[in-house]
Amino acid sequence: MQQVVHYPQIEIAGEGAVIIYLDKVANNTTIKKISQLKHSIARVLADSVVELVPSYASLLVIFDPIKTDYYAVKKVLSALLEEDTSEIESTHKTIELPVYYSLESGPDLQSLANRSGLSVEDVIEIHQKTIYHVYAIGFAPGFAFLGEVDERIACPRLASPRAKVAKGSVGIADRQTAIYPNVSPGGWNLIGLCPQTLFDPDVAPYLTYQVGDSVKFDAITRHEFLALGGQL
Amino acid sequence: MNPKTTSYFDVIHPGILTTIQDLGRYGQSHLGLTSGGPADKQAFLWANRLLNNAENCPVLEVNVGGLKLIATTATTIAVTGANAPLTINGHSKDTWRSHRVNPDDEIEIGFATQGCRIYLGVVEGFVVESQFNSVSTVIREKVGGINGGALKAADRLFYESSPKQPLYALYANDIPRYANLITARVVTGYQFDLFERSELAKFFSNEYQVSAQYDRMGYRLSGPAIQSNISQLLSEGICNGAIQIPPDGQPIVLSVDRQTIGGYPKLGSVLSLDLDLLMQTSQGATVHFEPISIHYAHTLLHLAKAKYTETKLIKVAL
Repeated sequence: MQQVVHYPQIEIAGEGAVIIYLDKVANNTTIKKISQLKHSIARVLADSVVELVPSYASLLVIFDPIKTDYYAVKKVLSALLEEDTSEIESTHKTIELPVYYSLESGPDLQSLANRSGLSVEDVIEIHQKTIYHVYAIGFAPGFAFLGEVDERIACPRLASPRAKVAKGSVGIADRQTAIYPNVSPGGWNLIGLCPQTLFDPDVAPYLTYQVGDSVKFDAITRHEFLALGGQL
Repeated sequence: MNPKTTSYFDVIHPGILTTIQDLGRYGQSHLGLTSGGPADKQAFLWANRLLNNAENCPVLEVNVGGLKLIATTATTIAVTGANAPLTINGHSKDTWRSHRVNPDDEIEIGFATQGCRIYLGVVEGFVVESQFNSVSTVIREKVGGINGGALKAADRLFYESSPKQPLYALYANDIPRYANLITARVVTGYQFDLFERSELAKFFSNEYQVSAQYDRMGYRLSGPAIQSNISQLLSEGICNGAIQIPPDGQPIVLSVDRQTIGGYPKLGSVLSLDLDLLMQTSQGATVHFEPISIHYAHTLLHLAKAKYTETKLIKVAL
């Protein structure tokens, strides 16, 4: 059965949660709209909203169902969605992150190059020339899903995930890329290391980027990587 | 951290998995942090209520049992949640009430016989440094509690010393009953309308068993597989109680330590009142799902809130 879906859509998620779908696909425009919508909702529904979770093309709105109800929240959200936000100035930043791409810092760089039929140099060049957008933050504290990776270097997750991925590892999974902010298990194809601390639970604002921001990678040498405090 | 108070419990046996929880960590999903908080919120709230504490005071969540503490100064504690033997200096004590504790008293919680999560509160709550506006421990994130982890032997659990205060108990009729057969009411939502009607009928007319994989992140169930023709979803925000249908068709009910986003299709979310009871079950328990409307869910929550507020405690002693 084929259903025609019109966007935006507001669906029930739970007793105290609704989810807004802005589009079927995620792109730079959608994610920036979601981020703006998030700020508007936080302002208008400050008394009853407890959590807002933006991700790709949707925004989950969690509210206190004792203080308000689904019908009231939906009414406010519908009104906000009708507002023209094109005039609102974007508060999004572009963050540049240094990456030491190499066979010693990126254990999957060679296999990814082989798989793509490209040289290692080409993979690095393609990866660092794209401007990425933060589509979502989750999986682990500070873990940002960045898109979209050039089709030529897209690569499925490893068949068996690593038990331990080094802090700062830059990985590719399908058409997404990310940096592991801390040591964790992980199944992404690792192509380099970023020497910068991205998530610091002790120092505000804790995280370098937020959903809707743009990220650009700059290739650095082994020497620069070590000078910036990177560890191999 | 060096709290100002010098009153503490010495942890002799930490138990299978004991963590410090308050009502949870909210407004931090932009950092990828989940909420945490008590797996059984009702039992948690009663522990604080029996002590005349504010709702959000930090409490111990003791999973399964096996806890032994020694008090350094006098205070009052309350124990709620799963049925488990509680003793003070070897003397058997009732749960779902508060108890006076004296210096050097040994408090022991044995293993749960019905339910699996026990809550131990202390007057004014445990004194722990909060991280991102909450003390709730999420072990996977290494956030909250004592150094982001479960309780360990030789840890110190600080509290404010307090003067003698009245002791309270809950009337037997007001104590929640934990069972191995539960009905979980579901507020239908998310991709509900995209599932075939026959698959939805299968989900709501069959029983599911709690599998060996159940924890504070979620309960993986086993039973008739639910198929979905839903093509891959973009990851989206997951609320507490959400029911995910992964490719193998075996439902997963997500709870307080869930990841904040995920890409599996979902049928809706379990009503919080029933999720509390589900989170007290263990492997082999039977779950039956019943669909309800958002309107009815709101009504049930307001009624439960009114009942909670109106419930009178028994004053047992001064």
